[in-house]
Amino acid sequence: MGGGWEGGRSAPSLNLILFALRRFIGFAATLFVAALVIFYLLDLLPGDPAQFILGISSTPEKLAQLRSQMGLDAPAHERFFGWIWGMLQGDFGTSYTQRAPVAKLIWDRIGVTLPLALFAMVISMAVGLPLGIIAARRRGKAVDTGIMILAQTGVAIPNFWFGMLLTLLFAVVLRWLPPGGFTPWHEDPLLAFRGLILPSLALALPQASILARVMRTALVDVSGQDFIRTARAKGLTMGEAVWRHGVRNALLPVLTILGLQFAFLVAGTIIVENVFYLPGLGRLIFTAISERDLVLVRGATIILIVAVTATMLVTDIAYALVDPRLRERGAP
Amino acid sequence: MRRVLAHPSLVIGLAGTLLFAVIGLLSMVWTPYPIEQIVVARRFLPPSPEHWLGTDNLGRDMASLVMAGTYTSFLVAAIAVAIGAGIGVPLGLAAAAWGGAVEWLVLRLSDFVFAFPAIVVAILITALIGPGAVNAIVAIGIFNIPVFARVARGGALSIATLDFVAAGRLAGLGNAAIAYRHLLPNIMSLIIVQGTIQLSLGILSEAGLSYVGLGTQPPETSLGLMLRDAQGVFLIHPWLTLVPGLCIVLIVIALNIAGDGLRDAIDPRLRQGETHVAS
Repeated sequence: MGGGWEGGRSAPSLNLILFALRRFIGFAATLFVAALVIFYLLDLLPGDPAQFILGISSTPEKLAQLRSQMGLDAPAHERFFGWIWGMLQGDFGTSYTQRAPVAKLIWDRIGVTLPLALFAMVISMAVGLPLGIIAARRRGKAVDTGIMILAQTGVAIPNFWFGMLLTLLFAVVLRWLPPGGFTPWHEDPLLAFRGLILPSLALALPQASILARVMRTALVDVSGQDFIRTARAKGLTMGEAVWRHGVRNALLPVLTILGLQFAFLVAGTIIVENVFYLPGLGRLIFTAISERDLVLVRGATIILIVAVTATMLVTDIAYALVDPRLRERGAP
Repeated sequence: MRRVLAHPSLVIGLAGTLLFAVIGLLSMVWTPYPIEQIVVARRFLPPSPEHWLGTDNLGRDMASLVMAGTYTSFLVAAIAVAIGAGIGVPLGLAAAAWGGAVEWLVLRLSDFVFAFPAIVVAILITALIGPGAVNAIVAIGIFNIPVFARVARGGALSIATLDFVAAGRLAGLGNAAIAYRHLLPNIMSLIIVQGTIQLSLGILSEAGLSYVGLGTQPPETSLGLMLRDAQGVFLIHPWLTLVPGLCIVLIVIALNIAGDGLRDAIDPRLRQGETHVAS
């Protein structure tokens, strides 16, 4: 560790481009193997979609005809590559229970899930980072202890349970916000937003607690570094030095955690949606599982994995972009 | 022992954890009422000497449910930790001891598994074999593998350069023997601390998975499943939600405090204070 954040702001070096390229290949490989695992796992399942569509009154001839129509009689590897090729062109197949393209079904639900995850992220940063900075600046004081006790409690509260408590308080006792349900964005954006306030607060609480702890630890670590002492020697007060040099350097570990957190937020939305009866990806997946709609299950799970993997890719590259030490060496 | 007692947070955390563990274990031999005993006429009773924590929407005794639920939650999380450590630690040690291609493979594998949040694994298993506590165990266990692999590798790398490891090599020990005889005993404390953290995360994850119907199924019960059962009536009978939720919070806080205390007691230099969160 050492060196300031602002040193050597040159154009992205060749190393950085190679680093990004390598990460991108890793990203693509991860997705490919994940798709392989998901496809073959779900392919093991007993049950025949064609049978499901035609019901018990179908004849063997009709069944065979539909199977070949749906491409179910092709060998597994052909269907696998057909699925991948389709997804690359935006075609995720057709849900046989909902009789609609999977891509459209997922897209409609992402309009709830993604804003929810983003709001939660923004709230957790807006709450967690300042608290972490305050705790680090007042290290060992009552404020620090108080914030850390809050954070310790925050990480221990299941987000969906916190959602239930929020509903009790804001929807039942105070009647400020709706207890659940969702108005689509195009009907009334304001109502849609109101419907997402409590769920995003519920999701944000544990994340904010973690962020506060990471920010505090990172800032305390950085405060002992040479460049803070140099800044102090130049005549800056401790507050100025920490603010101008410390916080920026401390943001690096925070960035990594943010990337991980977004992945967990996307997964967390699936659970929290349940509390507030939100029509997001989670509801779609649970219906698909209970109706054994495998085309839909595999489409939705691969989307979740894309979200997680893409976030980590972006985090890695962002990390390399802001950390000059990485920019020069090219890899962590 | 004196070293342990010198850390009050460790004592408090361990005492809390033990208390809940004992309550859970007790449910195996005794609960005030059988948990599957449904008495509709006696539902929604408030706490009383007869029913310490009242009764739920089916007239089941809440105290008995909490005891059995605590047991399930602990059991699921503990087996998941055993799976994660059992597979992850050897992988991490192998990566550190052999290096090269082995290390590359282990690191890529753990990156890959990180792309599967526990809930996605649980969704896939549920689609495959239907819901059940085993799904939660496997899903959380898989999530734990790369966590332990990374901790083991990191810990092992930091001591692999020390003299006694070099002495072992000079004595003619192979990589496997070095990993088992020299590296493993020295990272045990790290593994135990991480195990405590993963245990608390596992209890949170089990609650989430059971709450959405991917985990424990009736007639078994778990703290998460109790929250699922209470979901329909929680606006009218919040008590049924408050009790299991508070239990989860207290158990997780106890485990986290114990983990932090353990880390300080074992090695003050390990203060990093960060955890991952599973959903």
